[in-house]
Amino acid sequence: MAHFEKATSVKDWLNQRLAIEKVEKVMASEYWIPKNINFLWAMGMVLMITFILLLVSGIFLLMYYQPNVATAFDSVNYTIMREVGFGWLWRHIHGVAASVVFLIIYIHMFTGIYYGSYKKGREMIWISGMLLFITFSAEAFSGYMLPWGQMSYWAGMVITNIFSLGGLHLDGLVEWIRGDYVPAQAFLNRFFMLHVLLLPLAILGLIGLHFAALRIPHVNNQDGEEIDFDAEAQKYLAGDKKGSKVMRFANDFMSKDMMVVGIYLIFFFYLVFYHYNFAMDPVNFDPADGLKTPAHIYPEWYFLWSYEILRPFSVNIGLIAFGFAQVIFVLLPFLDRSPNTVPANRRGAFGIWFWLLLVDMIVLTAMGKLPPEGAFSTIGLVAALAFIALWIALPFITAKEKKL
Amino acid sequence: MKNKEPIILAVVVFFTLVTYYLVEPYAHGVMHKHVESENYAYDDLPAINKTGDAARGKDLVLGAGACTGCHSIEVAGMPAPMDPVTAASSYGVNPPDLSNAGVIFDGKFLANLIKNPAHALMVEHKFDASKGQMHPMTQFYGAGGDLDQEVADMVAYLQSIAVEQESVTPAMAYENACGRCHALKYENWTQIGTKPSFKYKKDELAFDIKVLEYEDSITKYMGKLPPDLSMYIRSRGEHYIKTFVENPQNYLHGTAMPRVGINAESMDKVIEHLEDAGDTKREERASVGANVMMFTIIFAIFALLWKKQVWRDLH
Repeated sequence: MAHFEKATSVKDWLNQRLAIEKVEKVMASEYWIPKNINFLWAMGMVLMITFILLLVSGIFLLMYYQPNVATAFDSVNYTIMREVGFGWLWRHIHGVAASVVFLIIYIHMFTGIYYGSYKKGREMIWISGMLLFITFSAEAFSGYMLPWGQMSYWAGMVITNIFSLGGLHLDGLVEWIRGDYVPAQAFLNRFFMLHVLLLPLAILGLIGLHFAALRIPHVNNQDGEEIDFDAEAQKYLAGDKKGSKVMRFANDFMSKDMMVVGIYLIFFFYLVFYHYNFAMDPVNFDPADGLKTPAHIYPEWYFLWSYEILRPFSVNIGLIAFGFAQVIFVLLPFLDRSPNTVPANRRGAFGIWFWLLLVDMIVLTAMGKLPPEGAFSTIGLVAALAFIALWIALPFITAKEKKL
Repeated sequence: MKNKEPIILAVVVFFTLVTYYLVEPYAHGVMHKHVESENYAYDDLPAINKTGDAARGKDLVLGAGACTGCHSIEVAGMPAPMDPVTAASSYGVNPPDLSNAGVIFDGKFLANLIKNPAHALMVEHKFDASKGQMHPMTQFYGAGGDLDQEVADMVAYLQSIAVEQESVTPAMAYENACGRCHALKYENWTQIGTKPSFKYKKDELAFDIKVLEYEDSITKYMGKLPPDLSMYIRSRGEHYIKTFVENPQNYLHGTAMPRVGINAESMDKVIEHLEDAGDTKREERASVGANVMMFTIIFAIFALLWKKQVWRDLH
């Protein structure tokens, strides 16, 4: 057994048992961050804050929400929105955060792609991040079922139908997922369970993995510079704070994180109080009705690009393209054959590839929402083909890249 | 090293706004037809250029016009000839009480309604007299004098017994203009009136059965049960509801829903009532919102100052 002495203070008492000083150093004051990074590197903290907002507001909503097809709609729209003190506030925070979190995730992802932050030892950061993206998507979808409005019901119908896998006609699988022939009580109950227990557990675990994956390779920087973190840290600790290329996570970078968070929260709460409709589709304020299909069924905006990759093709080809779109981002570290870990603007063809991918995904997003008629369906088809072509081309254009 | 952050921020904001514009205003503009308000002018109906006389109107409404054969006028001491459930099983829908019709509905509309109900209500596709499909409200053919004068007198009478426009409450406007077809569950409103609280379960069940019977009649009359409007302020929004009520045919050609003929002031009251039902906490949202924004801005300023202080030593 370890040797314990009479503690001289509370801190000392804790220190002997939990090594809090060491933990603080490892996690914060001697967790070294390069200095040459910009505000895009604060998106991790912004995501963390948004996730906490989702978690806390979700806990409050959970106290009044009723996962029953007969009462779910009213428990949200009457009980929470009218009867419960500030229930409307928690609901609007939850709904808006669920949408905004994807905006930040996309910014975070495209930052990683632009600066090559998935390369050279950072592969696991990227992969754990993409697993987070997938679990967040499942979390968003399962949460969308819970108010049991028209869009909940019909999105649930459409998305679970995908699992019949077209020509394979796996209708038994679809029924197994739904627990019924159509979305009904069993369906609502299990999506409730997924939304409030299983998926949040998976997300918490993956967040831990995502942070741990960052530990050894360290944070990337905006110049593609290889930094000797040990040497630079020594320099900093010796007192040359100005000359060192690194800084402490806390308080040095965290002060900037908080500045970005502050500005972000102004934007976020503006949306919560004055511009929430984009995140809370009007159609979902009609109670679920299995006999009345809405004129337009579309997913929330953050799923539109992959929905549009599914939609313009015949069923089976569409499903293959959709499956391709779901996994291809995970494989990015292995599809990028270039030896360079530098920003895209210094990587020639890859720089063009990056902007084409971004624009293509915005086009897909727009076409995914618009009704698939006339020019829109043509543009959607071209954009979906372009998406696939871009990813097939990636290994070839990056293999040709010269070492800088 | 040059500070690239402003340009990076501009790029992020630009692509975010482009995406927002495409999936929200643009896509919704394409998906949903935009209908401009007709300002409750009911321009398609001919104006009645006669000045009505309320006293003569009273005789017509209570006498030759035979309005009270179907309608109650409670302020004039005329009770309903039938209870709502029986009335609905006879006419399809319970004929409204006329006490405040003169203030809720547009005067020109009322005059045209009396002369030709199916035409004013825009339900001629459903009630075609030439095919023997008569509207349950009988057309007023006149009491022997000048028809337009008589109609103007009747409208003048209805306007004279109604409350002042300022006294129209949101609930009153809703109940008169919408409430006989549309329930409003979140405000405890059924098509046969506000649901009372009952001491005994069997009394409550008896009331519920009456509502169900009424709903059966109206379902038969309209083709489907008119929806509960509790969340319509969120699911449809103010502009849609206002322009829809003005002329339902603009949105749903061939719909059984009649044009209601409400005036602009009363329509605002209907909207207010729907907001009370489906957006109850809008005032609290505005005041909490202002405080939270102020707090967040102060937080951001402090965070900015803290960052400046910490980073002074780093560069």
